Amino acid sequence: MSRKQPRRRNNLGYYLREGTSSIFTHGFMSFASVVIIVACLVIMGSFLLVAFNINDMMEEAESRNQIMAFVDEELTEEEARDIERHILTISNVEGATFISREQAWASWIYDDPERFAGLDETTLRHRFIVDLEDIAGMEMTLNRLEQVPGIAEVRADTEIAGWFVTARNVIATVFIVIIAVLLAISIFIISNTIKLATFDRREEIAIMRMVGATNWFIRWPFIFQGFILGLVGAAVAFFLQWGLYGVLTDQILVLSGGELIQVASFGEVAEYMMLLFLGTGFVVGILGSALAIRNYLKV
Amino acid sequence: MIAMKDVHKTYDNGTRALKSVSLTIQDGEFAFMVGPSGSGKSTIIKLLTAEVTPNEGTVLVNGFMVNKIRSRKKSMMRRTLGIIFQDFRLIEKKSVYENVAFAMRVTGAREKDIKKRVPYVLDLVGLNVDTDRRPEELSGGEQQRVAIARALVNNPSTIIADEPTGNLDPVRSLEIMMLLEKINELGTTVLVVTHERHLVNRFSKRVIALDNGRVISDGMKGYVIHEQETAAPTE
Repeated sequence: MSRKQPRRRNNLGYYLREGTSSIFTHGFMSFASVVIIVACLVIMGSFLLVAFNINDMMEEAESRNQIMAFVDEELTEEEARDIERHILTISNVEGATFISREQAWASWIYDDPERFAGLDETTLRHRFIVDLEDIAGMEMTLNRLEQVPGIAEVRADTEIAGWFVTARNVIATVFIVIIAVLLAISIFIISNTIKLATFDRREEIAIMRMVGATNWFIRWPFIFQGFILGLVGAAVAFFLQWGLYGVLTDQILVLSGGELIQVASFGEVAEYMMLLFLGTGFVVGILGSALAIRNYLKV
Repeated sequence: MIAMKDVHKTYDNGTRALKSVSLTIQDGEFAFMVGPSGSGKSTIIKLLTAEVTPNEGTVLVNGFMVNKIRSRKKSMMRRTLGIIFQDFRLIEKKSVYENVAFAMRVTGAREKDIKKRVPYVLDLVGLNVDTDRRPEELSGGEQQRVAIARALVNNPSTIIADEPTGNLDPVRSLEIMMLLEKINELGTTVLVVTHERHLVNRFSKRVIALDNGRVISDGMKGYVIHEQETAAPTE
């Protein structure tokens, strides 16, 4: 008899067939896995949408949080304008708008002419409105601005800026913790489903090993099983999230009269949400399978 | 070729299964391995299939050093072996044809080659049944023929049969043993582990006798009952 070994070939069809058939053989556990994945993804997606909306509102509020830098009153307007290039070299400064004392005076008089009667523009100083890249660095930027030659005084509401930074950090931390917990639950459930399938097929796996199957040949059908469950869960969760968000935002807009609260449309995040769900489903499915099968491949 | 040199194996629970075992089975040879329970036969099979590794000594199987083998090489080494078990170990949900084809499929064989090779091997082992039937619908002898076909389908260099006739009646046992002899005549090395003395003695083949983890005899003298196996309790 010749000792020629059979040539390698692509077993994708076999892996898919085996993975799919195992899903139906363990129908109830597969269904439970998909339900858990959907639940986890919808909760995760809901937090993401809430975080996205809060972030939108905070960015809007943050953009109003600026630093006012007053120029030394002995400087001429030309000398004052020249300070802008020094300000722009400071890191975290996004932009600076020069407002001359005449412009400031005109604005004040326009707002409340009676209050400033008898005064003129010489009571005011030239100034810059400084926009920041990140309000978390406001304190540091204030200090740097104070050191710019020609700047007499800087003013900003650091308390409000601090509140924004704290709120953003808290939301980010809560979001990360919740996502981590939900991912762990999903991986655990999907891993148990695959474990049940591998337990059911342990004899077959032992025989596969004995006839020379590689670990990857044994592993792939289970990975496909987890992958398909993850993907189905992600697709169902995406459409469910879409529907739920639509219903919820309609209610919010009706209750607020469409003025108090602005909500982002699902379309703005749909693409990212779809990618996130598919990515999570993919990772959860594959990690779950890999964890479930590893004990059977040690010999 | 199988070559074991000064092999010692002690399991984690402290059981000393093999003590300085050395033996060589040349390519194309037919050998029986005999001995009472606990003599170390199963441990030798586990070593040859790389299920366990020795504590000391070297184990060479068809060019692979089992005592140093890496995980990813194990599958390559196992493809040079065909293993037959007492309890057949067929996959019940698969048909006779699928049970044999499956062994080729795991090695990455093409469907065209599988369709050609499987009927040939089933014919070689003398299985004249509907190959769409499930193993449970077959007799013990027929199931063992399916298991032999599965072991043969990848053209292994060596067949290792672990008590292949343990679940069969004497007539079927003899048939299976004659089939293994025929396979050996076609060039495949055959190692049969058994404790059936009458069956061993019907064939003039090499017999390696083990007891208490050691090789106690090795030659063509048949299955000799040794003192250790027959010692009766004394008062």
